[in-house]
Amino acid sequence: MTRAPGSASALRVRGLAKRYGSLVALGGVDLEVAGGELVGLLGPNGAGKSTLVKIACGLVRPSAGSAEICGLRAGSHEARRSLGYLAELFRFPGWASGDEVLELHQRLAGSRGGQHERHELLELVGLADARDRRVEEMSKGMQQRLGIAQALVGSPPLLLLDEPTSALDPVGRRTVRTLLEELRGRGISVLLNSHLLSEIELVCDRVAILLRGRVVTEGSPAELSKPRGVEIETDEGVRLFEGAGREDVPRLVEELVAAGRKIYEARVLTSTLEDTYLEAVGGQSS
Amino acid sequence: MTAVLTIAGYGLREALRRKVFVVVLLLTLGFLALYWLANHYVFRDIAHVSPPVGIEPRPFAGAFVFGLAMFATLFLGTVLAIFLTLGVVSGDAERGLLQPLIVRPVSRPTLLASRWLGAVAVCAPYVGAVYVAAMLITGLTGHWWPDHLVAPGLELAAGVALIAAISLLGSVFLSSTANGIAVFMVFGAGLVSGLLGTIGHALNSHTLEHAAKIAAWLLPFEALYQDGLREITANTTGLTGFLLQLGPFGGAYTGGTSVRLWAVAYLLIVAALAAYGFSRRDL
Repeated sequence: MTRAPGSASALRVRGLAKRYGSLVALGGVDLEVAGGELVGLLGPNGAGKSTLVKIACGLVRPSAGSAEICGLRAGSHEARRSLGYLAELFRFPGWASGDEVLELHQRLAGSRGGQHERHELLELVGLADARDRRVEEMSKGMQQRLGIAQALVGSPPLLLLDEPTSALDPVGRRTVRTLLEELRGRGISVLLNSHLLSEIELVCDRVAILLRGRVVTEGSPAELSKPRGVEIETDEGVRLFEGAGREDVPRLVEELVAAGRKIYEARVLTSTLEDTYLEAVGGQSS
Repeated sequence: MTAVLTIAGYGLREALRRKVFVVVLLLTLGFLALYWLANHYVFRDIAHVSPPVGIEPRPFAGAFVFGLAMFATLFLGTVLAIFLTLGVVSGDAERGLLQPLIVRPVSRPTLLASRWLGAVAVCAPYVGAVYVAAMLITGLTGHWWPDHLVAPGLELAAGVALIAAISLLGSVFLSSTANGIAVFMVFGAGLVSGLLGTIGHALNSHTLEHAAKIAAWLLPFEALYQDGLREITANTTGLTGFLLQLGPFGGAYTGGTSVRLWAVAYLLIVAALAAYGFSRRDL
């Protein structure tokens, strides 16, 4: 895990637990999102990802532990001023236009960005031409992009995005990915809940995998992509050298050539985030 | 204050855009047209009636039909209040409308108070307008005017505001459908208890009257309505006044200042319960 020295935490949860009767949604989670960091939260359905985000937003009260937004108690007025949130299941009033939705949230968030901010946000999510269109006339993907724009109202230092691309087509996903990279460039921290591993792998600085309410694996995508050996194709077929790494390739090729083999190709194998994820959750899907 | 006005305005704009006002206006015009017809025929026909000695036909008929108008006004206002508020918490949370608002730096009690104010801003003027229109119809058609003009209308509006608060409280704990059913049943229970009080008064049954009074204190919107009914014939005496009190729109028992004060306290208790329940609710 790599962090800028001395960087303040945008989100810090310690021993966070949530129980619904006998059901344990979170069983003591520790997690931190540093300033300007983009952290991906992975896990099967029911792992506790949305619960964690909802506690951070103040929508759900924790049973134990603590959550802080920029050093402020999660759920407090001050903490809520510092975050933008996009829920997994959300809806805006169908009778309102995109511009009116943003105006409502500007007023509630105390943003003084006015028309300029609304125009910029709609432009950012590719909805500049649909500013006056009613929400009920927008596609699900457009509504999701409007949701992201809404979360950015008031330029909060932390964004909590729960499945922000679930309704988007590939072009829309790329737009959001580019947007996330731009936000990171502006120093905004993001906690991203997603089932799309490729998306997380491409944009996140760090990944945490939740299972049954606990963090089971955490690290950068590079750290989680473990070496799986070297595969060399010879005139006798493909041979796998388990445990070998990139530095071993010249020696292995040399030994095979010395043994009279013809070499056609050598590949260094690393496990993908998907492999790591499947290993961590043990194939659990819900 | 900005948040209160913003959220209350949001509720008003929703009602406007969803054509709630248009539907309500058309139906109310239909009701008022029927009410005018009823007044027209009632006052035309009583001119040919020879009532028993001691009964004044015009005040009797006027108070009776206007009492009916007050019941209809309360009912229409109640329907409006319930449908504007029944899903404010659970309903909007289930649909995902509430969460984006709650995450903003606005307290939950502020959100509830704002939605209540938004509903009252629609319902109270509506009740007042229907009350005045009905009073004008009866006054101009039958030349009979209530003994007190303003207080009964205010009590009806206050009763509807209380029902809006009860509906908001229900929305914290119940789904929209369950809440709608529950509040309508509470409203019905209030009406039944009021009629029981009237019957108790007519039969001189102290037990029935006592039970109706307890119900009226538990459901003060009914007490305000009964008080309003009594106010319209407060100065009508003799056999006419006595007979009116025996009828369904006679306002058999009066609450006066104590009921009005209790209604304010009741509103505060409902508000406190709603705020407490909402603050502890996971969304």
